[in-house]
Amino acid sequence: MAVPAAFLALFFAFPFAAILERGLVGGGPTFDVLTSESTLRILWFTFWQAGASTVLTLILGLPLAWVIARFEFPGRSVVRALVLVPFVLPTVVVASAFLALLPEGLERGVVAILAAHVFFNVAVVVRIVGSWWGRLDPRLWEAAATLGAGPAQRLRSVTLPLLRPPLAAASALVFLFSFTSFGVILILGGPRYATLETEIYTQAVRLFDLRAAAALSLLQLGSVAIVLAVAGAIERRFSVVVPVARERDVARPPRGWERAALLTVLLLSGIALALPLTALVERSLATPNGYGLAFYRMLGEETPALLVPPWHAVLNSLAFAAAATVLALLVGGSAAVAVARRRAGWLDALVMLPLGASAVMLGLGFVLAFDEPPLDLRASPWLVPVAQSLVAAPFVVRIVAPTLRSIDNRLREAAAVLGASPARVWREVDLPLALRAVGVAAGFAFAISLGEFGATVFIARSDWPTVPVAIFRFLGRPGAVNAGQAAALGVVLMALTAVTVLLADRVTTVRRGTL
Amino acid sequence: MLRAERVRVSFAGVPALADAALEVEEGERLAVVGPSGSGKSTLLRVVAGLVRADAGQVLLAGRDLADVPSHRREIGLMHQDGALFPHLDVAGNVAFALRLAGLSRVDRERRTAELLELVGLRGFERRSLDGLSGGERQRIGLARALARQPRVLLLDEPLGSLDRPLRERLVQDLAELFERLRLTVIHVTHDVGEAFAIGDRVAIMREGRIVQQGTPDDVWTRPADEWVAGFLGMTNVRQRNGRRVVVRPEAVRLLPGDDAVVVAVQRRGPAVHARVRLDDGEVLESVSAGLEQPQLGQRVRVEIDSGGIVEVHAAAPP
Repeated sequence: MAVPAAFLALFFAFPFAAILERGLVGGGPTFDVLTSESTLRILWFTFWQAGASTVLTLILGLPLAWVIARFEFPGRSVVRALVLVPFVLPTVVVASAFLALLPEGLERGVVAILAAHVFFNVAVVVRIVGSWWGRLDPRLWEAAATLGAGPAQRLRSVTLPLLRPPLAAASALVFLFSFTSFGVILILGGPRYATLETEIYTQAVRLFDLRAAAALSLLQLGSVAIVLAVAGAIERRFSVVVPVARERDVARPPRGWERAALLTVLLLSGIALALPLTALVERSLATPNGYGLAFYRMLGEETPALLVPPWHAVLNSLAFAAAATVLALLVGGSAAVAVARRRAGWLDALVMLPLGASAVMLGLGFVLAFDEPPLDLRASPWLVPVAQSLVAAPFVVRIVAPTLRSIDNRLREAAAVLGASPARVWREVDLPLALRAVGVAAGFAFAISLGEFGATVFIARSDWPTVPVAIFRFLGRPGAVNAGQAAALGVVLMALTAVTVLLADRVTTVRRGTL
Repeated sequence: MLRAERVRVSFAGVPALADAALEVEEGERLAVVGPSGSGKSTLLRVVAGLVRADAGQVLLAGRDLADVPSHRREIGLMHQDGALFPHLDVAGNVAFALRLAGLSRVDRERRTAELLELVGLRGFERRSLDGLSGGERQRIGLARALARQPRVLLLDEPLGSLDRPLRERLVQDLAELFERLRLTVIHVTHDVGEAFAIGDRVAIMREGRIVQQGTPDDVWTRPADEWVAGFLGMTNVRQRNGRRVVVRPEAVRLLPGDDAVVVAVQRRGPAVHARVRLDDGEVLESVSAGLEQPQLGQRVRVEIDSGGIVEVHAAAPP
């Protein structure tokens, strides 16, 4: 427990303190930054776009959650898995996909931002609301039907009230993700649209005003805290004990009009989810001389956009992600063990903090904290995996801790009674049973690190770019060739992420007959 | 009033109802009883419009209900554990149908109070569902189902999740209430005693079809076949003059004497259940209201009241 705590103290608490110091005291008062007209405008847009993204995601995600939760149809489990794909894609990939998809004039601006946020977060609604919806006791609708409620009345007076808790939870998450969204807004927002996150980056990296960036970070942190508090209050208010169906799965084949509705929802959702990614692939193949692999071949050549050939970025990303995964598993895994044994609630909270504090703040904190003696680490490329591991660690804890906690304690007791020492119990019982969760966590950590953009863009050295940073550099330059290379790198990153997630899913529980 | 004809339903190829048919007159109480898995609930759900039948029809006052959705059938249904809406309080549940019908607030409150009074829960309006007992939940479920005066009330094992003493008391309450309101009722249960207590007529169901219908007395005195007799608890099957007969246990009397031995004895409340083995090896069940309990191993003489001998057919193959 001491090692992860020390790691977090050095690489999270210290940079965070550096932001506090710079934002509150260092370099004079910062009140002027927070009350300036441009800050207020940015704050308003940040809330506004997060709210609009949440509402749109709910409207577009609920029909899909409904059909997946309530109906049995061929390929249902495949659909359920495919819906999650956008959620694990790197922000930079999604942003470049919408750049490729949307017609000129719309490709940067509010429409593009909202579309990308909906694309990302539909998975959240489908997962959270859908899993709840799928467990509701169908006899409640039957009761309502025999009491005279038609389909619309059942939706209004039974379904929606019962879905309030997951709706509140999913809305809170989507709002938070959209509120702290960085890559999408930096790329799709163009020069006109900025949120707190992108403004922190602009102030720090483009205008070199670290004082303003630190002050904005504190504003961001306060806003996130308020959002979380409001969300928590709403969720507590809506908590209902809902009768769960006795069957594990209450889905049934659709009947009558439901069949048409099911087909329509699946078809439209499928098109909406596939179109941006198809557009990205198309853009990467559409060379000025017709379709071909020219943009991919150019990834091996020198380019004015980067100091190194683009394929170096691929190698960098893989190496950084591997290192970050190891670090995240060590830090997050030991935190998960402590959390699961209920000995360290504070460690749980501490590991979760980087999630709320946002990646951009982490990047800024690294810049402020490790830029000068005694810790002048900025020259080291290895700050990148450290930052990525901090972003990934909360997910590791969230995946591993519940699994450890769910292990029936009687199994450990049985092993102990059979003569296993505590260390042996851990090795023979906990580890094998948690192995699948660890595998999934490793996959997630690797995928997150591959796609990490907010912190990496601050600290990656120009001669050690990662793929997301390289895509961002290409997109920052005009011309079809740069756009094409960005798309090609985006396709490569998408493929790497997909392979990672698929491999992680293949890790299965070890069931052996060990004598 | 309500008639179901040759109803056939199968789930994933497995037949649940095979030509099931039943009929209930206005103001009549029909109890459908059968072992679990015999299709009782499915039949009820077909009548309520919650399950679509593959074949057959359901007629309410002569009108075919095939294309009438549940919410327009004017048929009430009460589920096993009430299926109360967890997001509403007691009054919200009871008044659910009244709200859909567009009753004014004043009318809703008056009617809700009436209904709660009817089921013996006066003043429960503002209670939340948490902390209500199983019996109270069932009474609320009943009040909710009665709110809009359904033409037929269906009850699906309404007392199935309650413990025995409470169940026995509620059976009495239900029977009295149905009588008083002159309700048309189809009551589904797996408990023979409950069916006999509730039903003007009893329908016995086995593997997707109704095998016997009649008044409780009819069914008890003339079980249609050996299976029905066994289901009703009559296990004394013997051959007489080349025919199979069932001897009802209360017709088996144990007297002082010496042609059988008591192999099991059990007092259940006022009745004594005993099993005796005759010297020829045949085993008979006996139920008596005697104050004197025969002793295990005691030698007795067995006398059979000829009124308790029922001729039955061999059970039809399902």
